[in-house]
Amino acid sequence: MSKIFVITSGKGGVGKTTTTANLGVGLAMRGQKVALIDTDTGLRNLDLLLGLENRIMYDLIDVTEGRVPYKKALVRHKKYETLFLLPTSQVKDKMAVNPEQLVKLCDEMRKEFDYILIDCPAGIEQGFKTAIAAADVAIVVTMPEISAVRDADKIIGELGRADKDTIKLIVNRIRPQMVEAGDMLAMDDINDILSIDCIGQVPDDVKVVTSTNRGEPCITMKDSQAGQAYRNIVGRIMGENVPFMKFEKEGFLARLKHVFGM
Amino acid sequence: MLDALMKIFGKKEKSGAIAKQRLQVVLIHDRANVSPEVMENLKNDIIKVISNYMEINQHDMEISLANDDDSVALVANIPVSRMKHDKGEHA
Repeated sequence: MSKIFVITSGKGGVGKTTTTANLGVGLAMRGQKVALIDTDTGLRNLDLLLGLENRIMYDLIDVTEGRVPYKKALVRHKKYETLFLLPTSQVKDKMAVNPEQLVKLCDEMRKEFDYILIDCPAGIEQGFKTAIAAADVAIVVTMPEISAVRDADKIIGELGRADKDTIKLIVNRIRPQMVEAGDMLAMDDINDILSIDCIGQVPDDVKVVTSTNRGEPCITMKDSQAGQAYRNIVGRIMGENVPFMKFEKEGFLARLKHVFGM
Repeated sequence: MLDALMKIFGKKEKSGAIAKQRLQVVLIHDRANVSPEVMENLKNDIIKVISNYMEINQHDMEISLANDDDSVALVANIPVSRMKHDKGEHA
């Protein structure tokens, strides 16, 4: 029986799909059998982040409308063989799947996988309602930015109204230097405001961009700080007690400047 | 108070702290689900009642929801121009 997670955020561009791809690969690297379901119909990208864009034959809508069984639509990852993607349609829209269809599909898939991760579209409309319907746990991704935190708060409210009470937080794209200088919301500030159990603090990392370019999530890169943060989250999802990483401190000169208020 | 001290010492408040304060205020409204229209109606009703007893400066009047520890408080700042001793004075 699998555990079903939905990765959601309200605001677009905070890293939902990047998080889904990294956690999926990370869980597969740990030997888990994982299915990733892209529900961002019409704006699909999870296939690109995983480097699987040329292997898609069928999609989520083909499955929910009964044209093919889900196993036929799954795309197996080239390198991580216990990782499967169920891509969505790029031509249909969010109304093409309803919550009941996704719940039914996940119930069927549950028997086959250890983890199912659902990548949710931005917004709070139908696509969001469909994506969260089947989830046991909701992971809210946000950034240390007022608009992203406000939207996260809204999403947490919506999840509560939908009786999704197990909610975890991932704060993405943290810039430790800016936090240290007092120019970015700190983890404590975000925890004060949202009061949600935090399972991840991911630093802003240029390797996220370069790894996305290649279609290889940064969790596979040993020297990536964001990759390390994602590996830690994977451990926590699997029930391990992983301490939060310390970010690289700013250099001596910058610290000296800071002390003198420059 | 802190703002005033900051000004005296010429130190600019850090933008991270400003972000947190702004978020806390805006989320009180978001969570309370009070529309600006409801706040405006409430303000007008308060003006109506208070005007029975005193003349108030409507332009400088401020009314808002604020976070008071764990609860939400309605905070009104209503400048009084003059008391109305004759209650029957108003129209």
